[in-house]
Amino acid sequence: MSSILPLPVMLPLVGAALCIVFGRSRRVQRTIGITVLTANVAVSAWLLLRVDADGTLVTYIGGWPAPVGITMVADRLASVMLLIGSVMLLAVLVYAIGQPGAERNHVGFQSVYLVLAAGVSGAFLTGDLFNLFVSFEMMLTASYVLITLGGTREQVRSGMTYVVISLLASVLFVTALALLYAATGTVNMADLAGKIHALPEGLRLAFAMLLVVVFGIKAALFPLFFWLPDSYPTAPSPVTAVFAGLLTKVGVYAIIRSQTLFFQPTTDIGPVLLVVAGLTMVVGVLGAIAQGDMKRILSFHIVSQIGYMVMGLGLFTVAGLAGALIYTIHHIVVKTTLFLTGGLVEHTAGTSQLSRVNGLLKQAPMIAVLFLVPALSLAGIPPLSGFVAKFALVDAGLDARSYWIAGVSLAVSLLTLFSMMKIWAGVFWSRAEEAPIAPVRTVGKLGGPPLMVFPTAALAVVSLVIAVAAGPIYAFTERTATDLLRPATYVEAVFRP
Amino acid sequence: MNVVMAGLAAALFTIGTYLVLQRKLSRIIIGLALLSHGANVLLIISGRPGLAPLIGSEAASKFSDPLPQALALTAIVISFGVTAFLLSLAYRSWLLTADDEVEDDVADRAIGARGEIDPEVQDEQAAIERFEDLEVEAEPSTGPHE
Repeated sequence: MSSILPLPVMLPLVGAALCIVFGRSRRVQRTIGITVLTANVAVSAWLLLRVDADGTLVTYIGGWPAPVGITMVADRLASVMLLIGSVMLLAVLVYAIGQPGAERNHVGFQSVYLVLAAGVSGAFLTGDLFNLFVSFEMMLTASYVLITLGGTREQVRSGMTYVVISLLASVLFVTALALLYAATGTVNMADLAGKIHALPEGLRLAFAMLLVVVFGIKAALFPLFFWLPDSYPTAPSPVTAVFAGLLTKVGVYAIIRSQTLFFQPTTDIGPVLLVVAGLTMVVGVLGAIAQGDMKRILSFHIVSQIGYMVMGLGLFTVAGLAGALIYTIHHIVVKTTLFLTGGLVEHTAGTSQLSRVNGLLKQAPMIAVLFLVPALSLAGIPPLSGFVAKFALVDAGLDARSYWIAGVSLAVSLLTLFSMMKIWAGVFWSRAEEAPIAPVRTVGKLGGPPLMVFPTAALAVVSLVIAVAAGPIYAFTERTATDLLRPATYVEAVFRP
Repeated sequence: MNVVMAGLAAALFTIGTYLVLQRKLSRIIIGLALLSHGANVLLIISGRPGLAPLIGSEAASKFSDPLPQALALTAIVISFGVTAFLLSLAYRSWLLTADDEVEDDVADRAIGARGEIDPEVQDEQAAIERFEDLEVEAEPSTGPHE
């Protein structure tokens, strides 16, 4: 029954091809996009339930057994990331259809978006390091197109930085793959996990650091984050929302996977990761405070939040990893919601610059609510999902006696709250300091087109559900963390006859 | 591992790194192409060298390792596609700005400039300038930077 595993990659690719065939009819394209992504949500939900009940599922592509052929592996970590990613991709697609702009003006939007979805699923499900590279490239190439979709001067400028940096990361990835293959003679992840321990200590450390750098560029870790706040805000808002919610988190997933599977427990780069995590949090949030545009503030916050996830990994304890995972789940949902609200603000007020938006609270109270819920959640105000996630992380930090990182994370939360309030005050309360760019659109009761508001509201509700169901979700992430710290589980599942 | 090939990979990485650090887009693109060639060369020499791996033609121990070659082919195709995209982006940028340079981030510059026009910073700078003037007046023959 594990033949269902390739579906989350295959369905979007087939859908993308069909979207090109039916390029003339936007309605057919939309039907295909929505159907495929809904099917993806269903498949990944089923997968998550199966994996949690029966253990890791493995498929050998083409029937070639483990170290020879390409394997696809769904363990708890992969399937939960897959589910939350698919839900988000679906919600954003509905939003993009509702928004005048990106999706309506471009024949290729649906195809490219589906290729992106396939790449993301592939990155989560693959059990082969080279296949991970291919999935990354699929996802990144689609993202290059999406980020420069409008072809405006600003998009081309920032897209250029983004493409060049991502390409450099890819070159480093190929280099790392070549060196790993020369040293061990395999690129299968389960096989690598066994063979890498035969290498000398120094070499293992070098590989661990090289992989952190490769994935750290994609995940926007300090000091490799500078491209992110520059390039993300210029893209159309649904595109920025997907990138913010998902792309950097695929990098985080790759860091967690590679560090736990290959290098535990003999090669410990935990202390390095903790320092990097602390710096990422602080620099990201300080950058956010200086900005004057809603989307740019939120972009800097992505960087800051990545620090929390890496902090959980850097502790290398069950509690730390469980905290990192619940933080990632919460963050994907909340960050996407915030960027979608940013798009709503832009739609209504014509700009997202704080000084130019004229007190939106009265005109569009719905948008204000949709912003406030995830914003307070991001800052970690109880009883929202961010509080649960941060509590888990800080608790894990204290348990592991890393008091300084727990302190840093709490201080950064305070600064996060500050900059969220800056957006709140600038966008919803204060009058425009400068003349607004465009005349404010007349909006209905909802504060925007229903197809834009409903997906945003749905994601906000999902974040509330995460807070309400925190107990079962934390228990699940704890089981996942136990798996991760015992790489033999993964290896045995792949090599089982 | 072959020393000549290793040297070739190193040379490609060196030149590529130098070119990527330039300000002109065309040079950056050539630099990236060279870097990915370097990585591909590295990938090819990561396997065992030998005869063409055709089953039945020779003993299996004499064959070269086909896997890294397949991986390198995939990587070449990917970098080809992305380089083509990058070139079209550079062309678009040239159409829009009539220039080949990578531009600065406008909002970033604005925030940087905001720090300089801060009255405190201005006062400080004025004070430093006054102080330097005084020094020059006090020792006109030697100058302040001796």
